[in-house]
This record gives sequence, structure tokens and C-alpha cells, in this order.
Amino acid sequence: MSGSPPDGPTRGHSNTPRDSDEEFSIARSNALIPLLMMFAVMVLSILVVIVRAKPVIPPEGAVADKAFSPADFPLVFGTSEALAGLDGAALSRGAGASSVLFPVPAPPFSEGIFPCMQCHESIPPNPERRPLEGMHSDIVLHHDEEHRWCLDCHDTNNRDQLRLASGAPVPFTESYRLCGQCHGTQYRDWRNGIHGKRTGYWDGSKRYLLCVNCHNPHSPRFASLQPLPPPVRPQFLRSGSRRMAEAAPAGKENDDAGPR
Amino acid sequence: MPDRADDAAGLSRRNFLTAIGVAAAGYLAGCTPEVREAFFQKHFRELSPKEVEARMARLRADYSQRFGQDVNVSALPAQAGVLFGYALDLSRCIGCRRCVYACVKENNQSRDPQIQWIRVLEMEKDKGIDFEEANPYYDPETVPDADHFYLPVACQQCRTPQCTKVCPVGATWQEPDGIVVIDYDWCIGCRCCMAACPYGARHFNWGEPHIPAAELNPNMHYLGNRPRPRGVVEKCTFCVQRVRNGRYPACVEICPVGARKFGNLLDRESEISRILRDKRVFVLKAELKTEPKFYYFYGL
Repeated sequence: MSGSPPDGPTRGHSNTPRDSDEEFSIARSNALIPLLMMFAVMVLSILVVIVRAKPVIPPEGAVADKAFSPADFPLVFGTSEALAGLDGAALSRGAGASSVLFPVPAPPFSEGIFPCMQCHESIPPNPERRPLEGMHSDIVLHHDEEHRWCLDCHDTNNRDQLRLASGAPVPFTESYRLCGQCHGTQYRDWRNGIHGKRTGYWDGSKRYLLCVNCHNPHSPRFASLQPLPPPVRPQFLRSGSRRMAEAAPAGKENDDAGPR
Repeated sequence: MPDRADDAAGLSRRNFLTAIGVAAAGYLAGCTPEVREAFFQKHFRELSPKEVEARMARLRADYSQRFGQDVNVSALPAQAGVLFGYALDLSRCIGCRRCVYACVKENNQSRDPQIQWIRVLEMEKDKGIDFEEANPYYDPETVPDADHFYLPVACQQCRTPQCTKVCPVGATWQEPDGIVVIDYDWCIGCRCCMAACPYGARHFNWGEPHIPAAELNPNMHYLGNRPRPRGVVEKCTFCVQRVRNGRYPACVEICPVGARKFGNLLDRESEISRILRDKRVFVLKAELKTEPKFYYFYGL
């Protein structure tokens, strides 16, 4: 009723005939006041509960409240890939690449095991199929072991090389030719760069990997890996999630072994 | 009335505006040419080669000072006859997230608050590709899980990108080599592009990005991995700083199973062209006609 002066007369004028209405509505609004207050308190308490409640984590997946950084995994990201011997630009695509058909790294021999003939020179070859005892007992064959054994791939007389099904020798550095005898589609895809990893230059020379750089020839199925941590859920992004990860980085011990 | 207002404030509107103008002009006249250039900067694509070089020099000095080390900011343009494409072998991906963190390292994403351009989705083999049920927060002891497959998603580098269409200021566009890029100095942070992107590939810097100086990648591209300010959108650029120099993107080089393939779509002998020819590929949400250059395939 404390309207501004210009409004005053008109308001007062219209009010006079409806005094009883006015009284009635005031009485009702008095009754509404406690109700309104209760409602306000309820709304406020609900808001407080919502704001202070812990974020809901769906049952599947991790809590994901810590923000990890590549620096937390020095074994995975510590070494930078070597590009030595690779050319950028397209100049290597034509003539330069012909000398080496597929530039591959050295086969991943166990330390001190190659050349094989340093021991096998003095051991007479035994072509009999048998479980290995003493030397090489760490090799467990999980590669069509029902049908094949060592000397199907390793040359009987010269252990420093491999042999194809035809009996033709193959050096360890070209073992993909041996693998390609059975795995023809993979061999074709590998030559085209579809199967397996390539590093180097997309428009220049690339580094291939031998089949055995990723697959253990005696047990070629990939070993499983520990995944790097999941992203932070949005509800934790603000609450110092990086500091939490720095405080407890020991949760993950990722080795750079990769699938072997 | 004007007289009364003048009395009250002691300053007329005209005088106030004049004072502001003079102060601003004085400030800009007094500051260094670098600051002036930053203030009156033109759109990146309207710059002459000389102006581009000047801007790179300014950013180089700025970042070198901020991070206490020599950085290189390049603005290398697209090569002619190159259209970049990417393929990902879903039959090989084991969901190890090496690519996610290699990307963060290469592209100077903020460590805190965390931003990651690649998101690896875990999906049930029984259900197939189902984004509603996908779980990006999986964290088992080892991967791959026998009942799940993994679908990494980053920018799909569409041929008809919706994000560039909705940008009200032209801060994001498609380069001639097909990479959709963002000029962080031109972005106003309206996030229209994030709403337009059907793949959730764009990420917003809600807070001041934080990168420890020791973890900075000093090899930068203006449209790629240079440090972002707060309040701008960022996304995958196919590692523009690498691929324009002939290198593979960082995610391709880190992938331990060789699931990621990259190359020139216009070169018939490239890996990516061979995959498109020999394998059955698909793109995500093909019905939207965004025509991504990021393909998924089953290599087995």
C-alpha cells in the first residue's frame, strides 16, 4: 500500500469499494505465511542435500577422480622413438628404398643366445620329436603345438637360420617369409602396412617391425596389458584431481613391455 | 536534466567517453608493437606471409619466456595433393589408452584441469556399437576384456564439418589437407561448435590450462599444439605439427598393437588408400552425412 505518489490516487480509488475483499485476502495470506516458510525451508534443505551430496558413481567403471598425466608413466613415454636412417619427404619412395625390401629391426633374441651354432656346432642334431630338457626348457610352444615342433621352422643342420616348408633356408632377419607361409593374409596386409605397426614418415621411408617383434613366435597370442588410468569424471574435474594423482601415483606400474 | 546529471557525477557522458578514448589511445601508443599487433590482430587466414612470420616470432618469444625454454612455433601450410585420412582397426585395439596419454604429451593438453582429446569407449561385444551403453571409465587389471571391444573416438575430421559451419566468428575451418583446425586467438569460447559436433570431439578450457614446463612439447604449430588460453575450444588436429613434416601422428606411433593407420588419401599406394580398397570400413554416425575422414575397420 506504500505505492509511489503517482499511483496512489488510482490505487486508493479502486480499493475503497472492495474493503471486505482486502481483509479476507489478508487473513488468508496470514495463514499462508507459515506454509510458505515451511516450503522455503524444505526447498533450501533439498538444495543443501543436492549440493553437498557425493557425486554418484555408476556401478560400472572406475571412480576416476584422479587426473593422471603422461609424466606419471615414464616407462611408457620415457623414450622417444628413433628416426635414424629414415628419410622424410617422398625422395626415398622411389630408388632409395630398393636396397632393403622391408627395413626391419633386429630380431629380439634373448641375450647371448645368437649365433646358435656357438653351442650347436658341437651338438649332433637330433631330429627326433621330444620335450626339451635342460637347455631351452623355458620355451613353451603354444603355436599349433599338436602338429609342429622346433625343426619345422629351425634348420636342422644350420641353427643360425630358419627353413621354409620347401627346405629353403631363411635368415632370422627375414623371418616374415617363414611366417607368411601359413599366415598369408597377414603377410599381405603387413607388406601393405595394414597389419602391424609402422613408424617413420607417412610420405617417406617407414620402419617395419618383424612379426616376432610383437608376437612371440613360440606363443604368438598377445599378452594382455594393464590399461592406463581412465579420464577424470566431470564431477571431479574441479576438485584438485591432479594433486590427488600426484599424491598417489604408485597405483599403476606400467612397464613398457607392450604385448610380446 | 543534463545539467543536473553533470553536477551529480561531475562528468558529462561526452567528457567521459572522450577521456576513455584518449586513455586507450595513449595506452596503445605507449605499448610495444607486439602488444599492439596482438590487440589489433587480423584473422589468421588474411595474413600475408610476412605478417604470419611476425606473429610466429611474437608467439615464440612469448612461449619461450613463459616456459623458460626454446620453443618453435611454426605455421607450415598444407602440402598440395595431400588429403589426410585415418583408419583404426577395431579387431586389434585392446583399449590400453597408450594413445590417449601420448596425445596429451604431444599436443600440450592441460594436465590440470584434465583435457584428453581421445576417448576410448568400452562396449559389449553382445550389443555392438552402442554409444548409450559405452563406458569410457573402464579400469580393469588387464585389457582386453574377453566380453568387450574398444572404440577410441577423437575428432573425425569430417569433410562437411558442422563445427566450422556454426562458428559465429570463423575461428575454426578446414585446411586444404583436410584437417579441421582452430585459431585459439580468434575463438570467443561460445562453444557452439561443441554443440554441433556429433562425436563429442571438442573440448573446452573451463579453467586456466596447466602444463608443467618440463613436460611441454616445444615443437609447436600455430593451429595445433601451442598452449591454449582459458576459454577456448580445442580438439585433435591429426598432430598437424607432425604430419605436415611427414611424420605420423603421435597416437599412431605409440599404439602397441598397430591398430592405428594414417596416410594420404590421394596417394593410391598409401596404407590408408589400401585399407579403403581392401577392407570393409565404416564411419561413425554415417547417417549424419558429416563424411568423416576417420575410418574404422576390422582387419582380421
